[in-house]
Amino acid sequence: MPAIHVENIVKRYGKKKEAVTALHGISLSVERGELFGIIGPDGAGKTSLFRILTTLLIPEEGSATVNDLDVVKDYKAIRQQVGYMPGKFSLYQDLTVAENLEFFATIFNTSIEEHYDLIKDIYVQIEPFRDRRAGKLSGGMKQKLALCCALIHEPSVLFLDEPTTGVDAVSRKEFWEMLRGLRARSITILVSTPYMDEASLCDRVALIQNGKIMSIDTPQGIIGSFQKPLYAARTSRMLEMQRNLLQMPGVEECYLCGEYSHVVTQPAIRTEQLIHYLQQHGHDQIDVKPVEPNIEDCFMDLMKN
Amino acid sequence: MKQFISFVKKEFHHILRDKRTLFILLGMPVVQILIFGFALTNEVKNSKIAVLDPSRDLSSISLTGQLDASRYFDIQEELHSYKDIGQAFREGKIKLAVVFPQNFERDLLHFNKAQVQLIADASDPNVATTLTNYATAVIMDFQNRITRNRKLPYTIDTEIRMLYNPQLKGAYTFVPGVMALVLMLVCTMMTAITVVREKENGTMEVMLVSPVKPLKIVMAKAVPYLLLSMVNIASILLLSVFVLDVPLRGSLALLAFGSILFTLTCLALGLLISSATSSQQTAMFISLIGLFLPTMMLSGFMFPIENMPLPLQVVSNLVPAKWYYRIAGAVMIKGLGFGAIWKEVLILSGMMVFLLVLSIKKFKIRLA
Repeated sequence: MPAIHVENIVKRYGKKKEAVTALHGISLSVERGELFGIIGPDGAGKTSLFRILTTLLIPEEGSATVNDLDVVKDYKAIRQQVGYMPGKFSLYQDLTVAENLEFFATIFNTSIEEHYDLIKDIYVQIEPFRDRRAGKLSGGMKQKLALCCALIHEPSVLFLDEPTTGVDAVSRKEFWEMLRGLRARSITILVSTPYMDEASLCDRVALIQNGKIMSIDTPQGIIGSFQKPLYAARTSRMLEMQRNLLQMPGVEECYLCGEYSHVVTQPAIRTEQLIHYLQQHGHDQIDVKPVEPNIEDCFMDLMKN
Repeated sequence: MKQFISFVKKEFHHILRDKRTLFILLGMPVVQILIFGFALTNEVKNSKIAVLDPSRDLSSISLTGQLDASRYFDIQEELHSYKDIGQAFREGKIKLAVVFPQNFERDLLHFNKAQVQLIADASDPNVATTLTNYATAVIMDFQNRITRNRKLPYTIDTEIRMLYNPQLKGAYTFVPGVMALVLMLVCTMMTAITVVREKENGTMEVMLVSPVKPLKIVMAKAVPYLLLSMVNIASILLLSVFVLDVPLRGSLALLAFGSILFTLTCLALGLLISSATSSQQTAMFISLIGLFLPTMMLSGFMFPIENMPLPLQVVSNLVPAKWYYRIAGAVMIKGLGFGAIWKEVLILSGMMVFLLVLSIKKFKIRLA
């Protein structure tokens, strides 16, 4: 049996008439020991899904199990077994690092020593600040502390809701390395993020948008499913270039992606044609090259369909 | 148990590290007692009065002297004509004017009857009544003295004894009242706020996804505030006994028992508010407006319940503070034992159990 199984979950908020549907019949399944990513922009329904799986919300329709336990009926048992790190920093700001950790250890009927080897790699990084109040830590440190607290009882399933939002690039990288390390201990991890570039670090990902799952696959699988030619283009006047390219016959999509604009075209279009078209429209410093698609390109493509 | 202790320890950290709130929590009762004791008093003391005495004879001067000597009055000025009286009242200089007739002593000695007019500022009716009563008493006293040696054919002596509070001190009524107010504020508002704060900060979310039972979370929140309230009660009692000279006539243990009972009721009420609200502001408003005002108005501490219209009298029965106020007053001021307050204790216990069960039942084990 999979560690997490979700079937046709529907979640609505508000009164019947003006209800907002956050999740439209979502289904997915996460294997034991898998690092599974839920990738989607803000408001896609990630947090709703996490709260249902952590027994904090009841879905209107559908069913879900965690460790074969029903999220509605067996909520007490699930709460014994999982670790949960909400999107917002949710530790006590007026307690020190050590006090927070000790407190969470006791409420899970364990001690810091008992599972120290599990959190050691992470804890050594925040240990120099053990007597500092949690509210005075930097964003990255806070997330590391929260992860320690969520791990302190060696949960079999770990839910991390946007753990890297608002964290600098270096800390984000470190955080993901920690997650890869935990995966080696066969802890099932469900992690959500709005950052597309983090998708490639997961074993499998689900792309979610407006409460619907658009695709579930390995990162390679998702990228492999992108079949159209893709180019990166740059000139001295980016905005005008985008406007021009969108009017060019054969160009399907053009959007900013880092320093370049990514241009999705029909199979017939070649690099030279793009360059020629841009020259005709008076652009200079033209740089156009074919590129491999990334998750974001796939996401944009899926969103359009 | 270890879990529970660590929970309580955490709550104490929250309270002790928030120095400003702690200062308010511990300072508030002290300030309230001092303000009620010295500033906001409805006792009549050293009220400013004026005397218009055209006769200026031995008797009138002697009576004026007695008025001035009493601790209720302070003669502000001697008036010279009837017109001045109106002027003095309008200027707000005096609360009462005493007017002697032209020939006070002669009337008194020759006709066995003399008149003194008392004119009071009745814009505050209670004060006016009290002042005229006091002044009448002083005049009666004066009369008794000059007739002491003569035999009057028929006399009825009224002998008045003010039980429990012979000096009619206001402190006797407000000390139990302030105790009720402070407990209500500390326990209800603070518990409501601390639980809601956990919701706001998201820590409740984490706490719910843990093996801890809701009952434990709730109980752990209550313990520190129960202790804090006991500290407050102790400081109120010390201040009232040693600074305001209010006696503690009954058993301290019984008073403490009543206070704990009321505290628990307030804690339960606070928890109930916290499960109905999701922001600290709302929790504070509900505690203040929904509870603080009724406690002031309907507990009988500010306004006598017997004088209220029937519907309000009925509503006042729902205010836990009313029952605690009665218990505290009976034990502290009257020195009565359990036999006299069992009914109030029973009602308060009933409220406590009902609210506690309801608040635990209503405690949300999920979000929304």
